[in-house]
Amino acid sequence: MYEFEFKRPGTIADAVAAIGAEEAQLLGGGQTLLPTMKQRLAAPAVLVSLGGISEMQGVCTDDAGRICVGGGTTHAAVSAATAESYPALSHLAGHIGDPAVRNRGTIGGSLANNDPAACYPAAVLASGANVVTNTREIAADDFFEGMFTTALNDGEIITEVKFPVPVAASYQKFLQPASRFALTGVFVAKFAGAVRVAVTGASEDGVFRWSEAEAALSADFSPDAVDGLSVSADGMIADMHGSAAYRANLVKVLTKRAVSAC
Amino acid sequence: MPKDSGIGASSKRREDVRFLTGTGNYTDDINLHGQAYVHFLRSDVAHGRLNKVDTSVAAEMPGVVRIFTGADFEGVGGLPCGWQVTDKHGNPMQEPAHPVLAQGKVRHVGDPIAAVVAETAAQARNAAEAIELDIEELPAVIDMKEAVKEGATKVHDDLDSNLCYDWGFVEENKAAVDEAFEKAAHVTSLELVNQRLVANPMEPRVAVGDYNRATGDSTLYTTSQNPHVIRLLMGAFVLGIPEHKLRVVAPDVGGGFGSKIFHYAEEAFCTFAAKALARPVKWTSSRSEAFISDAHGRDHVTKIELALDADNNFTALRTDTYANMGAYLSTFAPSVPTWLHGTLMAGNYKTPLIYVNVKAVFTNTVAVDAYRGAGRPEATYQLERVIDKAARELGVDPVALRRQNFITEFPYATPVAVEYDTGDYNATMDKLLEMVDRDGFEARAAESAKSGKLRGFGVNTYIEACGIAPSALVGQLGARAGLYESATVRVNATGGLVVMTGSHSHGQGHETAFPQVVADMIGIPENMVEIVHGDTANTPMGMGTYGSRSLAVGGSAIVRATEKIINKAKKIAAHLMEASEGDVELKDGQFTVAGTDKSVAWGDVTLAAYVPHNYPLEELEPGLEETAFYDPANFTYPAGAYACEVEVDPDTGKVTVCSFAAADDFGNVVNPMIVEGQVHGGLAQGIGQALLEGAVYDENGQLLSASYMDYAMPRADDLPSFQVDHSCATPCTHNPLGVKGCGEAGAIGSPPAVVNAVVDALQRGGHNVTHIDMPLSPGRVWQAMNG
Ligand SMILES: Cc1cc2nc3c(=O)[nH]c(=O)nc-3n(C[C@H](O)[C@H](O)[C@H](O)COP(=O)(O)OP(=O)(O)OC[C@H]3O[C@@H](n4cnc5c(N)ncnc54)[C@H](O)[C@@H]3O)c2cc1C
Repeated sequence: MYEFEFKRPGTIADAVAAIGAEEAQLLGGGQTLLPTMKQRLAAPAVLVSLGGISEMQGVCTDDAGRICVGGGTTHAAVSAATAESYPALSHLAGHIGDPAVRNRGTIGGSLANNDPAACYPAAVLASGANVVTNTREIAADDFFEGMFTTALNDGEIITEVKFPVPVAASYQKFLQPASRFALTGVFVAKFAGAVRVAVTGASEDGVFRWSEAEAALSADFSPDAVDGLSVSADGMIADMHGSAAYRANLVKVLTKRAVSAC
Repeated sequence: MPKDSGIGASSKRREDVRFLTGTGNYTDDINLHGQAYVHFLRSDVAHGRLNKVDTSVAAEMPGVVRIFTGADFEGVGGLPCGWQVTDKHGNPMQEPAHPVLAQGKVRHVGDPIAAVVAETAAQARNAAEAIELDIEELPAVIDMKEAVKEGATKVHDDLDSNLCYDWGFVEENKAAVDEAFEKAAHVTSLELVNQRLVANPMEPRVAVGDYNRATGDSTLYTTSQNPHVIRLLMGAFVLGIPEHKLRVVAPDVGGGFGSKIFHYAEEAFCTFAAKALARPVKWTSSRSEAFISDAHGRDHVTKIELALDADNNFTALRTDTYANMGAYLSTFAPSVPTWLHGTLMAGNYKTPLIYVNVKAVFTNTVAVDAYRGAGRPEATYQLERVIDKAARELGVDPVALRRQNFITEFPYATPVAVEYDTGDYNATMDKLLEMVDRDGFEARAAESAKSGKLRGFGVNTYIEACGIAPSALVGQLGARAGLYESATVRVNATGGLVVMTGSHSHGQGHETAFPQVVADMIGIPENMVEIVHGDTANTPMGMGTYGSRSLAVGGSAIVRATEKIINKAKKIAAHLMEASEGDVELKDGQFTVAGTDKSVAWGDVTLAAYVPHNYPLEELEPGLEETAFYDPANFTYPAGAYACEVEVDPDTGKVTVCSFAAADDFGNVVNPMIVEGQVHGGLAQGIGQALLEGAVYDENGQLLSASYMDYAMPRADDLPSFQVDHSCATPCTHNPLGVKGCGEAGAIGSPPAVVNAVVDALQRGGHNVTHIDMPLSPGRVWQAMNG
């Protein structure tokens, strides 16, 4: 790790001011950023911690019935707060990494990072959530722009995420054996009008919606509805843990399982 | 009745108190006054010519004490290899130079190029980044079969080729073996990979070099399994320091699994630099560094063929193995695929004719050396896989086929040069089948099928040679060291004992088990015996701990030294009781004279030895301290039968180990709880190899699995609750304790059981899969099922 200056503002406004400094970077729970800094692969001159901003903490429900998660809320806090209101989200958050990761890592950090194998992006995309920043509100469909890239501008802070609550939902995560991130993960969310299916871990373009499955499931919400569909291996990730064809297979298998579990 | 102390008791591991309360003293806990820190600049390319290493800018960076490069080591020795293998033509293996810091070329990712010594670790690392390198990248040789082709790029320009040796064993049998294959009623053959593993002990390597300007003595604190071996190799071959001027200390060591046997460049560097700079120099490996600098394990590619007659008797076995040495020869690397592997190819079976061919190959990868089991897991895996495949091809029960070919008479001389002293392979197999309820398998398989899972049963046996090793024999086989063990037993005036052993504990529990032996022999409480190990300054020359040798060889030395103590103590007791020595008996810490009521206590005798007022000084020296060196007459041959049940999810290829049972014959057991723990750990590592672990290089020689993000270590929830048994004991016939060794068995015996079970599950599920290479990751299993 190189030397850096550490700032811990108490308000979003102060954080916005602090992040304007040369080579400044936001720090959430540090579960991704700190290992990268230890490896000397990232070298911010200033770290602006979001940990002291109380307006970015916690989970509540808004007038539209959406679950609103503060951008600095830890995975453990989300899991605890949504156990009844949104069990699939609670389960997802409760199965990220290990207790240390869950008690430090934050939803804002996870979404800003947009790791192609991360869990939260699947929930946000399948729920059709909105990502709120210090400057605007971004619909999930516009937020994720490919592996490790998002619609966020430099220094833009995720302050909140608003989740519409589906009628039924399930996240099926198939573990990568070493990291235990998602080798592939599928989040199925059934709303009154339509079904949304988001897939993480599989595609070289990061999290995506499987529209054929959404159409089939919107017509017939049963595991069998997916049977006739095929997932192309083109553009799927291939690595030592699984081929592109294997990941394409998992997309279908996990979608069916998610539907069964709903 | 289970005993509550002494041999056979599950005494609690006394060392765990300090390990679990954070008061252990590991090498990284050692900080010497005025110490500087070293950071190694390592190659990030697999193969390249070092045109320039310019340290001028880096040398001016804050805190830099001095920067060393290969040039500083030109007059210094290279890292030696401790074993010379002779090839099938009678020629010595090709042995490349192994400089402490790269000279002229870098040969693997991680090869150290320069060493920056600075006031702090961070300053050393900062300065290392400022070193300017000009490396002309050369094509990397990664695949072993490519490496030995005509015209392949050479890892070492001054060698004839990348072939270290081509070993044939037993070369004289080759023609007879080939002939037996021609006559065979059935031949089963199998090509398989025993994948490369990274040992990953919990504690990464650390070295602290120190130099005393007043005395001219050097000291190295290091994470080693064998401090005396390091002292000898580093002192005599690398740095030219006589052993009486060099002390090597290996304090608490957090696991080694073989990877801490070897003498490493960083140890030599810290010792050398401490003298050059006249101040202590410390290096602590990061986990990332460990992946590219600790010796790796396994990495064999094998074709094995088994010949059977019309009655399913094994008639011959033939193997063809490529063994990866990596870029340099690590300390014992050449011995692993040869004498620790070829000699075990008979397994538990009376196959009369065996021929083993091994080609050891240099590649642009991290050096490969012994890792838990070392050669024996590779032998067991291929043999037990090919037997399973044969049983399938012949449509016979895999247990029955094994039983039919078991060796049943002992001693048994195998056609691969070793003689098994004892064993009862049917007994462990019987025990195993009783433990696993094989008859209930079909019902369990039906239950699995209800949830869409395929269930499979896998079984195998194993044998290993441990208690390494008879010195004269291994000397003939190319070892450049003896493999005895030593012990000094020092009795204090008030009766307590200190046992100084050449064995080294890095998790095995010696501090608990060794006192059980000594206390039992004398009849005193275990807590009157203390074990000292790990410091060349206060232990006799010993060869350290690996190859499940510590109790069998080190423990035997302790027995011999304690016998000498008891003999002398009896003489003193005889004098005190005015009896004749031959009539004196020692029991429960009391000396008595047969047929009388005379008695003296252990403490009276030890006091007399040091306060010799009433003492036979004309015949006997005062004091009570004895040393013994024990050189074993043979290896020991632990053996056993293992079984595993798995469930395979056909949709995802995920394998779940439902149960795992191990019936081992370890001979006599000193501490059953420690033995169980050793087996559990071994099973975890073996199942880890079967399902999870694997070091993967790309074609450019970059290690893709270079962190825990991609290198899958076994976790507790990957494993079932193990069933282990060691009641089928046939005591070793040639060591005084009758013990065989248990440290590696689990890792040796478990991979084939898992793979056999998965193949069984797939076949039962109607998939024509005969083999899958480890690790049986979900992706690989699914791929095998789906073509
Ligand atoms: C051992 C381990 C296991 C893990 N397993 C999983 C897993 O199974 N599934 C999974 O999804 N993840 C997993 N993770 C990742 C974990 O969820 C991280 O917490 C998360 O990816 C990053 O969140 P963070 O708060 O720690 O962000 P940080 O590491 O602090 O920051 C990450 C990036 O986001 C930026 N950032 C942080 N907060 C904000 C914000 N509010 N607005 C804008 N930008 C911001 C930072 O500048 C940085 O670029 C694992 C991590 C570890 C170490």
